[in-house]
Amino acid sequence: MSVRSGHEEKWGWWKGTALKIRFLYSEDCPSHGEALQRLHRSMEAEGISAHIEILRVDTDEDAEKLKYVGSPTIIVNGRDIDPPETPHYAVTCRAYRVEDGRVSPLPSEPMIRKALRKAKTKES
Amino acid sequence: MSHLKIGNEAVAFKLSGVDGKEHSFDEYKDKNAVVVIFSCNHCPYVRAWEDRMVQIQADYASKGVQLIAINANDASKYPDDSFPNMKERASVKKFNFPYLRDEAQSVARAYGAERTPEVFLFNKNGILRYHGTIDDNYDDPKAVKQHYLRMALDAVLAGNSVSTDETEPVGCSIKWK
Repeated sequence: MSVRSGHEEKWGWWKGTALKIRFLYSEDCPSHGEALQRLHRSMEAEGISAHIEILRVDTDEDAEKLKYVGSPTIIVNGRDIDPPETPHYAVTCRAYRVEDGRVSPLPSEPMIRKALRKAKTKES
Repeated sequence: MSHLKIGNEAVAFKLSGVDGKEHSFDEYKDKNAVVVIFSCNHCPYVRAWEDRMVQIQADYASKGVQLIAINANDASKYPDDSFPNMKERASVKKFNFPYLRDEAQSVARAYGAERTPEVFLFNKNGILRYHGTIDDNYDDPKAVKQHYLRMALDAVLAGNSVSTDETEPVGCSIKWK
């Protein structure tokens, strides 16, 4: 597999519950830097201190294996923060529908925070 | 980077549009400015910018400006970018400019386009005066600080030099066959 990991996988903790956060991206899509910053800010806002497993996805074969629908993708405890209705696994840039109905190459911070809160609630 | 440099002449083309007609660069020679934008259906950067493309055409049409969008993506790997889907997108988003299919990808290669969206603005003499991105914020139209394409159009229409004549195109890579 040609996936490149930026960090050793670790579990994060929030009030004794386990949170596993994964960030997947493709180099070809320019929004991943900002997306990772939004994830960091969202985690801080939710009081979550955790390492983020960062994976760069380079091939469609790896996209299939990882169930990767495009860059950037944030997975919290195994669940995509915005699961698509009809997933298509490929090395591509991903579109998010944000709160005001716009399409964006970036997940919004409210979207990320909602997913983090949901994961905290489920685990507690 | 683009094969076309600022100051170069436009590369001629003749491509099929979603309106069922063939379109060439020459048919717009009476325009004061022509904006060729390499675009597509699937790319989220295009999808974030396309309402702004429609607005720019609406705002500048009376000043003799013509936008032309060209999709050169490999639709076999990206079926959202197929010609039937292009027709649907143009209808749903009410495109007020031609949306053309570069099936052979020859126009995109000739221009040296690499991204979607990627802008090439030509003056009334067909000379490239601006190349790059539409503005400085793909994510939020309300947070745009630098309206690069609009600023370039204003300068070209006034007969002035374009102060920022080149920016880095931001978007998805063109999907080559």
